[in-house]
Amino acid sequence: MKPFTNLLASVALGLAVGVTGMPAAAETPANMLVIANRIDDITTLDPAESFEFAGADVSRNVYSKLVNFDPLNLDAGYAPDLAASWTVSEDGKTITFTMREGVKFHSGNPVTAKDAEFSLRRAVILNKTPSFILTQFGFTPENVEQTIVAKGNTLTITTDKKYATSFVLNCLTATIGGIVDMKEVMAHEVDGDMGNAWLKTNTAGSGAYKLASWKPNESVTLVANPDFYLGAPAMERVIVRHVQESASQRLLLENGDIDVARNLNPEDVKGITGKPGVAIDSELRGRLMYLSLNQKHPVLSKPEVRTAIKYLIDYKGMQDSFLNGQYTIHENFLPATYLGAIDDQPYSLNVEKAKELLASAGVTNLEITAGVREAQERIEIAQSLQNTFAQAGIKLNLTVGTGKQILSKYRARELEMYIGAWGPDYPDPQTNAGTFAYNPDNSDEAKATGLLAWRNAWDTAGLTKEVEAAVVEGDRDVRKAMYEKIQREFLKSSPFAIMFQKIEQTGRSDKVKNLNLGGAVTAVSYWPVTK
Amino acid sequence: MATAETNGKGRLSSALSSRILMRTIKTLFSVLVTMLGLLLVTFVIGRVMPIDPVLSVVGESATRETYDAARAAMGLDKPIVVQFLIYIWDVMHGDFGNSLLTARPVAQDIARVFPATLELATLGTIFGVLLGVPLGVVAAVKRGTWIDQLARVVALVGYSMPIFWLGLMGLLLFYGVLGWVGGPGRVGIFYVDVVPPVTGMILIDSILDQNWTVLKNAISHIILPSSILGYYSLAYISRMTRSFMLEQLSAEYITTARVKGLPERTVIWRHAFRNIKVQLITVIALSYANLLEGSVLTEIIFSWPGIGSYITNALLSADMNAVLGGTVVVGLVFVLLNIFSELLYKFFDPRAAE
Repeated sequence: MKPFTNLLASVALGLAVGVTGMPAAAETPANMLVIANRIDDITTLDPAESFEFAGADVSRNVYSKLVNFDPLNLDAGYAPDLAASWTVSEDGKTITFTMREGVKFHSGNPVTAKDAEFSLRRAVILNKTPSFILTQFGFTPENVEQTIVAKGNTLTITTDKKYATSFVLNCLTATIGGIVDMKEVMAHEVDGDMGNAWLKTNTAGSGAYKLASWKPNESVTLVANPDFYLGAPAMERVIVRHVQESASQRLLLENGDIDVARNLNPEDVKGITGKPGVAIDSELRGRLMYLSLNQKHPVLSKPEVRTAIKYLIDYKGMQDSFLNGQYTIHENFLPATYLGAIDDQPYSLNVEKAKELLASAGVTNLEITAGVREAQERIEIAQSLQNTFAQAGIKLNLTVGTGKQILSKYRARELEMYIGAWGPDYPDPQTNAGTFAYNPDNSDEAKATGLLAWRNAWDTAGLTKEVEAAVVEGDRDVRKAMYEKIQREFLKSSPFAIMFQKIEQTGRSDKVKNLNLGGAVTAVSYWPVTK
Repeated sequence: MATAETNGKGRLSSALSSRILMRTIKTLFSVLVTMLGLLLVTFVIGRVMPIDPVLSVVGESATRETYDAARAAMGLDKPIVVQFLIYIWDVMHGDFGNSLLTARPVAQDIARVFPATLELATLGTIFGVLLGVPLGVVAAVKRGTWIDQLARVVALVGYSMPIFWLGLMGLLLFYGVLGWVGGPGRVGIFYVDVVPPVTGMILIDSILDQNWTVLKNAISHIILPSSILGYYSLAYISRMTRSFMLEQLSAEYITTARVKGLPERTVIWRHAFRNIKVQLITVIALSYANLLEGSVLTEIIFSWPGIGSYITNALLSADMNAVLGGTVVVGLVFVLLNIFSELLYKFFDPRAAE
């Protein structure tokens, strides 16, 4: 059907162009940014609760945080935002933030340390989905009155033990770190919900934009905050329109009715590449595609076999064919753009080498069963693996099931091999290091189902200690070097073969400048955009 | 009725009015039973679905306590019969609960998405009827000629072309290349929220507001999706009309009429067509009801925020309040359309009115 429809499409288009010639494209106003995106994942705009991509896009532009990423220099890591500066205590457990003076909420209320105290305490007390990002530092609804305290224009937070300052601060850049307007929010409190019901559909921030309207599955409209402390944004209105279909987004972009199309599929990207007035950006995202080997398996736990499998993956072949424009080769557990990420790629398809390794381990007639979710790209990866494994005499069987079926087997350590994806939860290396390379108790009784290392029954060969050390290292650069070392060891000895990192392609009018989509660490920023 | 004028006529009208009363009660009763059955079925399906609605609220990484608290807050810890009774009680008070996905009352959501679908479906049906009925009649009268063949091809294409493809091609040609119509969405970006929402149907609201620019823009946006939906109902309506007409045209009374020397036009429209009206109403009402359920694919292609994609989205995320609310509304529309077409039967066919 597909080639046929494509043929019909091009015939129709060709005819139409031939008959009429292309009409002049319309244009969006110079002070307005119009974006097509899939926004049906927004279920709440409350920063204490929001945990979806499109929600983070809104939140990043509406709520300032204590510390934040500079959209024009993401690699620099966290930088001062509402906190002008901070100091860390000797024992590394207490961070004292000094608030920036003269910043106002959209309501006109001044932003104070009290608001910051309220916002963080509120996120802990409400205990919604993303609250673990804060509570992993030992904050509980019971102790927040002692651990998160405002005094004058300073805010002091005290963690239960020493953590790397960069770990704590990276977590505060997540959506949950958004500082809300205490007076405004509490004025809308219902039944002790700390304004949660109201904040789901309204905003009370101090960021570059304020929310004009959110119509579910339809649009989000933001208007500029002229008093934004970094200066009034050039785009006075930002309209994000829900357009589900890639083809519709492409047409809108080509016709000049939108400035940015966020969800173009590879075919549509190919179709508009090189068209006058349109530019394509590739953006790295945090999601990784990997395979892992259960270390309970007598053969798969042999080091030579683990390495052989890593040589039996056609990384480049997959990247350049069915994953083109969606995934790029990445062999380490920290996604590119994360603190400590490295781009070493020691493995590539090498059947001879794999055969040697298998022979040296005395392995013949190996048959493995892998669990994979019924999603197109994953099945295609699995099929490619079947093919390359077979070249070295390994028979790969696939168990295909729904996400829930496969995941529950994986969590019960019942899969011999798993082919799947992992997405980081917050913009700090610990989010991945703490699951891929950390497993303090490898026994079945530990039931550490949240840890990928445990799910594969891998004792991490000493990396657990190193991950623990990296989490408490105060110096950002030293910490960075520690993660680099952990990953190099991980590449060699782990039963994980990380294969790809997600990329997203965005089409935009070439008039739109400085649009930063946030990479793997944060969300889109509209305030630096000019047209 | 206890007036001085208790003659025969009074008794007759009283008998008639009590019969009408009885019939109204009967109709209401059947509506009630249908709605209750519908509610029960959707409710049960919602509860046995293998998606955990609590999990879709709290997320996979939630702690046991968070999960239990959310479960209790959603009333899911109560026995299923109690849950159903509570639900019925709330629905009778116009309260469908809050949607998980939009964080708003479901009633408010439906008030937003249903007018969008209503507008689209109504225009689509008008299009389908205005073109489909004459096409069907002509095809029947000129049976076997090139006109009949053409009508067959038009209908066949309408049946068999995936709406997804047709919608995209329509957009590509009329919006992308020719620039004759507006693109996806109900109005252009600049016209969003310009007219105050009264009915939620932008065509009507802009007329009420006497804002002709918005009206023009809204028309340019609705014309393509509604004609594509209309094309589908045209295909169905014209085929049905043709077969109804053929049946009538071969009847003896038509031959008699022709023998009597009546003009062909009178034979076709006054005699044959009059007799298929009742059947045709059923067909049209059904096709209208189908469009009112919301055409998910059309809504997706044209970024049309209607009830079809609303219910589908809700279903995929186990947002049961929204699914049940949407289903009840769609069910109600079906029932109302049925009653309406029954009333029309009586108008067109005295036998149906007894």
